[in-house]
Amino acid sequence: MIFKKFNIENKKARDLIPQAITVLALLSVIIYFATNAQINMGNRGISFGFGFLNQEASFDITFSMIEYDGSHSYGRAFLVGLLNTILVSVIGIFFATIMGVVVGISRLSDNYLIAKVAEWYVEIFRNIPLILQIFFWYFAALRALPLPENGISFYDISFLTIKGWYVPKFIWTNFNIFLLSVIAAFIAIYFINSYATKQREQFGKQLPTTTISLATLIILPLITFLLLGVSLTFEYPVLKQLSPTVFTYAGGVSIIPELIALALALSMYTATFIAENVRAGILGVGKGQKEAAASIGLNKNQILKLVVMPQALRIIIPPTTNQYLNLTKNSSLAAAIAYPDIVLVFAGTALMQTGRAIEIISITMLTYLTLSISISIFMNWYNKKMAIKEK
Amino acid sequence: MIKSIKTWILVGFASLLLVACGQGGGGAGSKKSKTLDNTKKAGFVKCGVSQGLPGFSNADASGNWSGIDVDVCRAVAAAVLGDADKVKYTPLSAKERFTALTSGEIDVLARNTTWTLSRDADIGLTFVGVNFYDGQGFMVRKNSGINSVNDFKNGISACTNTGTTTELNMRDFFNSKNISYEPIAFEKADEVVQAYDAGRCDTYTTDKSGLAAQRTKMSNPDEHKVLPETISKEPLGPVVRQGDAVWEDIVRWSLNTMIEAEEYGVNSSNASSLKDSENPAIKRLVGSEGELGAAFGLDNDWSLRIIEQVGNYGESYKKHIADTGILPNRGPNQLWTKGGILYVPPAR
Repeated sequence: MIFKKFNIENKKARDLIPQAITVLALLSVIIYFATNAQINMGNRGISFGFGFLNQEASFDITFSMIEYDGSHSYGRAFLVGLLNTILVSVIGIFFATIMGVVVGISRLSDNYLIAKVAEWYVEIFRNIPLILQIFFWYFAALRALPLPENGISFYDISFLTIKGWYVPKFIWTNFNIFLLSVIAAFIAIYFINSYATKQREQFGKQLPTTTISLATLIILPLITFLLLGVSLTFEYPVLKQLSPTVFTYAGGVSIIPELIALALALSMYTATFIAENVRAGILGVGKGQKEAAASIGLNKNQILKLVVMPQALRIIIPPTTNQYLNLTKNSSLAAAIAYPDIVLVFAGTALMQTGRAIEIISITMLTYLTLSISISIFMNWYNKKMAIKEK
Repeated sequence: MIKSIKTWILVGFASLLLVACGQGGGGAGSKKSKTLDNTKKAGFVKCGVSQGLPGFSNADASGNWSGIDVDVCRAVAAAVLGDADKVKYTPLSAKERFTALTSGEIDVLARNTTWTLSRDADIGLTFVGVNFYDGQGFMVRKNSGINSVNDFKNGISACTNTGTTTELNMRDFFNSKNISYEPIAFEKADEVVQAYDAGRCDTYTTDKSGLAAQRTKMSNPDEHKVLPETISKEPLGPVVRQGDAVWEDIVRWSLNTMIEAEEYGVNSSNASSLKDSENPAIKRLVGSEGELGAAFGLDNDWSLRIIEQVGNYGESYKKHIADTGILPNRGPNQLWTKGGILYVPPAR
């Protein structure tokens, strides 16, 4: 009788109750484990809390984008690790995308050599575990680099050595004015483009938007240099002797080899998957589309830009979002080669020094979750923007 | 209709399972030694060791572990189970070790671990003694022209292990000398050695015994040397979980027995013949006088088995540290009667 009521007369309740029970079951699992952990921790005299985040960390970190030394707090060390994770992910995503697009298009090239090289690249780097590639770039490639005193010099302003890549440091005056001018340039470009679109749609006029945009981006910041007192000088790295045979570079900025190796491995690996996505996307656009575009008089570049790519992107974006997420999560392998990411710094050193496993691992997991969800939200927004707009 | 009933049955089954689990939970400690009972039931001692540090805990090609840390676990197994070989070794990184112990994956941690206040008091651990007095040092290339820590200059790069006291000592040291340095911290010792060997860093810092042991793994050990200075105290010793006083005592006195045996000249070959010794201290050690084992719930031959099967501290040191060329000199790890600082409370 009850079943009948739920099933036929009250569909909503029927749908709701199994779900409610599932949620309850899940909650009781979580509560069960949490109580158990609490009892066990109580027995062993371990307290729970996040107060440690304000304590002095008292360990140093090789590489930090914000001011940090051991006298700062564990919370600050967390931030250093987080920023380093974001840095390597952004660099990795940037290069993986460029390489992926180039390789993906190359695989479809009519040139036999280019197509084959691209194919071999994809097959090799896709099929070797990432951790081995990271070790390869770090330990094998590292040994091949010279010691600082024999560093590979680029016009004597930048040096590549086993201890890192030393590049000139930018020293700005009135940097914020410069930054504002760049932002202003982007806003201007946005308006120029929407104006150009209107012109095209209403009067069929084609404006050279690319040239105008580039010019704005160059001229506006240039004005700040000439008129508003912005200036830029460089501090070059200089070889420094520490002992009869030990050298290093002083001044400039050092890009540590751990970052180079990790970014290289992550982008080489992920680029293979993106390349396949790009290839699939382009192949997925019907041949008739290109022929139709050609028949109304579009040239080759216009066909690619206006007809093929907008349709291919719809196929490319969703799986590429996955690759971006993978790359970000894979960056946690950094710990193996001492790149100070959030796993090494926070879930590693800080965990060891404080012994707060549950708190620190939860924070780290939540952080990765937040990062991944942010990337997803952004890519979904972009995907929607690119999707077919039915008029 | 059928589908919906299936869902109901599944959900009901899952809830039943949960209730059953909930009743089985707990994990509360008791006044008796739960760890001892569990160890006897399992038939082996669960021991956490390093991932390979010659002299302390290192596995050979066929997977047999040896070293002075390993001998602590063997001593506990001999005392509790009557057979020193009944040990299950779990290799742990510096980062994993305390979690493995507090979570009950292992019952004794004998992994060249430094005894510090915060570790002892804060994170649910209890240090039971010291089986090696060590100190942190620096290794450099011989041709570097660096002969002392006073030759370090601003900009030096130093490799070490993450999650260790060395990482903290290093900072204290360079700060006190007002030297800016580049710290590069790896998770595994093998990777530190590789990076230092490749020239990524100018100096490698860890416990001096560790430096001596790792030097043997370098592509050319003779190119490297350990600087004379010691920048910290590193008393290394076995650790147990907090809250099982009996188990804590068993591990503590297994180690103490080895040191006490050396002090009284009792070793693996003469132990059983000393049952009728004149000296009551020796008689207590070999179990022919007193009822010392009863205090932990063990029989009276527990200490005799340790000495017979594992040997005294001197034998263990000679076999694993001195004869392997790691540190021929016992330094502070000599008995207090011979100018060292090894001094254990009397077994009586």
